[in-house]
Amino acid sequence: MKNLLRYIVTRILLTIPMIFILVSLVFVVLRIMPGDPVKSMLGAHAPQEVIEQKREELGLNKPVIIQYFEYLGQLARLDLGRSMILQQDVTQPIKEKLPATLELTLVGLLFTLLIGIPLGAYAASKRRSGRDFGIRLYGNIVYCIPVFWMGLMLQLIFGVWLDWMPIAGRTSARTFVSMFEHTGFYLIDTLLIGDFGAFTDVLVHLVLPSLTLGIVLSGVFVRLTRSNMLDILKTDYVLAARARGIPERKVVYRHALKNALIPVLTMMGLQFALLLAGAILTESTFSWPGMGRLLVQRIYLRDYPTIQGIIVVYAFMVSIISLVVDLIYALIDPRVKY
Amino acid sequence: MSAKVNSSSKREIRARFSPAGILGKPFRGLILVSRKYGAEWWIMIAGALIVAFIITVAVFPAVFAPYDPLDQEAGGQLMPPQAGYPFGTDNLHRDVLSRVIFGARTILGVAFAAAILSSAIGIPLGLLSGFVGGILDRILSLIMDSVYSFPGLILAIAFAAMLGPGVVNITLAVAVIYIPTYFRMVRGQTLSIREEVYVEAARAIGARRWVILLQYIFPNVIASVVVIFSINIADAILTEAALSYIGLGLPAGIPDWGMDLAMGKKFLPSGTWWMITFPGAAISILALGFTMLGEGLAEILNPRLLER
Repeated sequence: MKNLLRYIVTRILLTIPMIFILVSLVFVVLRIMPGDPVKSMLGAHAPQEVIEQKREELGLNKPVIIQYFEYLGQLARLDLGRSMILQQDVTQPIKEKLPATLELTLVGLLFTLLIGIPLGAYAASKRRSGRDFGIRLYGNIVYCIPVFWMGLMLQLIFGVWLDWMPIAGRTSARTFVSMFEHTGFYLIDTLLIGDFGAFTDVLVHLVLPSLTLGIVLSGVFVRLTRSNMLDILKTDYVLAARARGIPERKVVYRHALKNALIPVLTMMGLQFALLLAGAILTESTFSWPGMGRLLVQRIYLRDYPTIQGIIVVYAFMVSIISLVVDLIYALIDPRVKY
Repeated sequence: MSAKVNSSSKREIRARFSPAGILGKPFRGLILVSRKYGAEWWIMIAGALIVAFIITVAVFPAVFAPYDPLDQEAGGQLMPPQAGYPFGTDNLHRDVLSRVIFGARTILGVAFAAAILSSAIGIPLGLLSGFVGGILDRILSLIMDSVYSFPGLILAIAFAAMLGPGVVNITLAVAVIYIPTYFRMVRGQTLSIREEVYVEAARAIGARRWVILLQYIFPNVIASVVVIFSINIADAILTEAALSYIGLGLPAGIPDWGMDLAMGKKFLPSGTWWMITFPGAAISILALGFTMLGEGLAEILNPRLLER
């Protein structure tokens, strides 16, 4: 128990340098790399005085080192700066859009797990059969499909040809978001006020984008679950369970799968990063009003403080998810010793 | 093998209808090898064929393409696939097939250049870090692991947004995010090879450190690098396509699959399926080719490499 506690504390402390490095990296990329944000903001033909003035406003005329420490100080106070173009705090649009992205990624993750883990376990239990080969092929093909193309094709099939699902946005025009907006998670909000019509509307809008994310990432989980299952199915306790005459299905899906899922869980931190990246593309494809779409829009506006803020928020999310996953891992697997 | 049990007539039938029997002598060697080593060889060969085909098309696009990819008078507006225009035409009257063919050159060029660049930085750093160890190793590993844990695409978006559109810029943006991939793999291999007996022997006979690094360790790392390189190109292809899909890629005037998809998206509600189906399928097939090539190679060269 003492060991576990020490591990948890060290792991939390290790998150700090990780966030620090990521945040510094963002700074290096956005401030020191070639390309002048002021010039691209104002256009190449802006008069020199205007450029100088803007630079002073943004604090870009100070030495880079001082800018860097000011930036770190701001972040420590959870202040992401101010957008010069839209005259608003950077945190404001991010707060508005974050729930949309989280709703999309979490439901996407759910689809990924629901598709990936059973397929992977099944493939492992039928090792070297035609079905195993087919499932592995599915995993490989799906991984190579760009997530935005998958989205476009699903839009084409289910949205345009079959006309079953909407292809853009979180709600249709007849649903008034202001009626229920509370947490920003529309699935929860609509249930809270008990409006099932609106709930269905939200759900229908969520299906295609989250399914797109889920299918593309399920390939990774098929592969992970399968290779872990193969190792587990070779162990003595599986042999013992079979020897005791426990039905094969129960051995595979009850005894073996539980243990095979532990390493899969540890990979979930990295997979979540992939999911976030995929969400950016999915959001652009489905006009989903989340952080990714905000990022792309602000890139067109050349709103550098907001771009920087969004990327910093992504960095925080990734670090915290990987922390949480590691902690859960330590808690659920008593064999892990550090 | 169960071949001994088979009756002679069965064997005869199998010989006649096996791929070797059908494809004839030139492929017989290849196929015998495949049969001996199993599915991995098939996967690798299929991947290699896909890659070879697309590279050929990309190197000689003018031979295959019926029109100039920028020709705005190639055909009618938004014509569905038909004789003369097998992939249809886009909203600017351009031939989609020709654009797909010329687009292969763009995406392959960017992906190859990016993979070469990131391996040229990642491999030496990984070798050094694994071989020297100590504080250098700790710092480099921490930095590389942090970058690795961050979603690569988001980092590439940040770079590309800063650098602006252009072939060189997008290549840089894609290259940066894959440095840790090479670093981590090479470092790991170096750490284990460093402890091998032959390295110890080299040290015992007084070989210099850089001789050990370059002549004893490096050649043993290379096999794995080939695998990672191939899979990495598949990733780079997807990243390049994603960047140009969201409008961060190349200036207009260079045919590019990602950009064509973004264009096709605008006409999707009216059901112009050909503008998105073909460029997207091209991206998927190309990425799949490199993945299959890499995975087949991995199974053959170093079966434990991709097992994570």
